[in-house]
Amino acid sequence: MFEFVNTLLIGITAGSIYSLMAIAIVLVWRSTRVVNFAAGGIALASTFVGSTILEITGSFWIALPVAMLAGAALSAFIEYFFLRPLLKRSGDKNQEIFLPIIATLGILGIMKAVLHFIYGEKIGVLSPPLSDKGFIVSGESIALSPLRLLILGIVLLLMIALTLIFQRTNIGLSLRAASFAPEISRLSGIRVDLVRTVGWAISGAAGATAGILQTVNGSGAVTPEAFEFSLLLVFGFVAAVIGGIESLVGAVVGGLTLGIILAIILMYLGSSLVFFAAFLILILVLLLRPNGIIGVKGGRRA
Amino acid sequence: MLRVKNLTVDHGAIRALHGVSISIEKGQLAAVIGANGAGKTTLLRTLSGLNKATDGSATWGDLNVLHSKPESLVRHGISHVSEGKSVIPELTVSENLDLGALWRRNRKESAQSKNEVVELFPRLGERLSQRADSLSGGERQMLAIGRSMMSKPQLLLLDEPSLGLAPLVVEQIFQSIRDLTNSLGLTVILVEQNAIGALKIADIGIVLNLGSIAATGSAAALRDDPAVRAAYLGF
Ligand SMILES: Nc1ncnc2c1ncn2[C@@H]1O[C@H](COP(=O)(O)OP(=O)(O)OP(=O)(O)O)[C@@H](O)[C@H]1O
Ligand SMILES: [Mg+2]
Repeated sequence: MFEFVNTLLIGITAGSIYSLMAIAIVLVWRSTRVVNFAAGGIALASTFVGSTILEITGSFWIALPVAMLAGAALSAFIEYFFLRPLLKRSGDKNQEIFLPIIATLGILGIMKAVLHFIYGEKIGVLSPPLSDKGFIVSGESIALSPLRLLILGIVLLLMIALTLIFQRTNIGLSLRAASFAPEISRLSGIRVDLVRTVGWAISGAAGATAGILQTVNGSGAVTPEAFEFSLLLVFGFVAAVIGGIESLVGAVVGGLTLGIILAIILMYLGSSLVFFAAFLILILVLLLRPNGIIGVKGGRRA
Repeated sequence: MLRVKNLTVDHGAIRALHGVSISIEKGQLAAVIGANGAGKTTLLRTLSGLNKATDGSATWGDLNVLHSKPESLVRHGISHVSEGKSVIPELTVSENLDLGALWRRNRKESAQSKNEVVELFPRLGERLSQRADSLSGGERQMLAIGRSMMSKPQLLLLDEPSLGLAPLVVEQIFQSIRDLTNSLGLTVILVEQNAIGALKIADIGIVLNLGSIAATGSAAALRDDPAVRAAYLGF
C-alpha cells in the first residue's frame, strides 16, 4: 500500500510536467493547426537560459520567470518568422499538413545544433530550490518531497492562471475564437495573426516551465542532447493525444494518466518497458478513442 | 455611400464576378438576388476583405475597400455576416456577442451595445450563458446579426440570413433587418435566395446572373418586372 501510494505520487508529479508540455503542444495545434516538434527545442533552450540565470543570480525564483519569458519570446519568434510565412505560402492543401511538420522538425534540429555550438559539452546545472528528500510519515520516508510539492504547486498555479486567462479575459476569448473559427473572428475584428502569435508565446512559456521542472525533478542538469527532453517531447505528445489534442483540460488529464501509468509500470515491471508502454498507450488511444479519452465525438471543447 | 466599379473577382481559374458596378446610397437597403453560383457571396466576401479583387474599385465613403483586411474594415464600420449562421458554436451566446465588440476596447459601450442587441432579440437575452450550438437555426441567425451589431456597423453585409429557416422566422428576421436599417440609418446589402421576401423589404434590388448584373432598380420596380419575375421570383 505504502509503495503504491508512493508510486502514485511519483506518477502525478511526472504527469503534471507532461501535462504542461501537452498544453504547449495543444495551444499551438489549436491556434495554427501545426504539430509543433520545435516545442521540445523551445523547452530545451529556455531551460539553458534558466540554468544560466540561476548561475548568475543564484535564485530559482528569478530563473524560472526569465526562462518562461525566453520560451515565450522564442516561440513567438518561430511562429512569426518561420511558420507564418510558410503557412501563408503553402496554398496547396496536400502540403498544408506536411510542410509545417517538416519545418518544426527542422527547427528542432537547428535549435539543438545552435545550443551545441553555444554550450558545447558544457552542462547546464539546475539544482532544485528545495530538498528532494521525502517527508517522513510514521517513521517512513514517502515519495512526496518539498521539491515535488513545489512542482505540483507551480503546475497547479499555472493551470489556474491559464484557465483564468482563457475564460475571463479578452485575449482569452480572442484565442479561443480564433482557434475555433478564424474567419468569423476576423470578420468580428479580431487580429487573428497577432492572436496566433500570442498563442505560440503562451505555449512557449508553458514548455519552458515544463523543461525547467523536468530538469529539477530529474538529474538537475541539462545538455543539448539531454534524453530527458526527448522523453518530455514524446510524452507531451502522447499526453496531448490521450486528451484529444484539442483540449487543455484533456492535456492535463492525459498528462496525469500517462504519468501514473508509466510510474506503475516503472515500479512493477521495470524501466525497459516504459517507452514501449507509452507508445502502446498512444496507439491504443488512436485506435480506440481517436478523440481522446474525454473527447466528445465531433465536438470541440474549450 | 458604397460605390463599386467594374469589380472583377477570380477564384483561381474561375471568374466569379465580371465587371460589376453597384451604387448604394447611405441608409438604403439593397437586396442582391440571383441563382446559385451567380456570385452573390463572392461580392460580399470581396467587400468585407475576405476575397481579393482582380480588377475594379470599391469605395465606402472615402475608404478604399479593396486591399484592406476584414479586421480593419470592421474598424471602419463594414460588418459581414457570412453565409450559414455565422456563429461560433463552442462559445456561449454571450461570448459570441462580446467577440464583435472586443476591438472597440470599451467595456461600457460594449455592455450598452449588448443591451441593445438583447432588446432587439429578447430570445438571445434568455440564453446568454448557453453554448451557441444549443440554439435553434433562427436563434443562431439572430446571434450572428447581433454579433455584427456589436461592432457598430454602418455598412452591413448579410449573406442569406433566411437560409434554412421556417417562413415565420424568416419574416421576423427580415422585419428586424428593415427596422435596424431605419432606426440606425444603416446601409445594408442583403443577399438572398428568398427573392420575394428580400425585395419586399428592400429599397433597391440588384439581380446577379453568372457574375454580371442582369437587372437593377428600385425593389418595387424589380418585383413588377416580368423578366425578373419569370427568372427569379417564379411567378
Ligand atoms: N473558393 C472558391 N474556389 C473556387 N471557386 C469558387 C469559390 N467560391 C466560389 N466559387 C465559384 O464562384 C462562383 C460564384 O460563387 P458564389 O459563392 O459567389 O455564388 P452565390 O451566388 O453566393 O451562390 P449561392 O446562392 O449558391 O450561395 C461559383 O461558380 C462558384 O463555384
Ligand atoms: Mg452564396
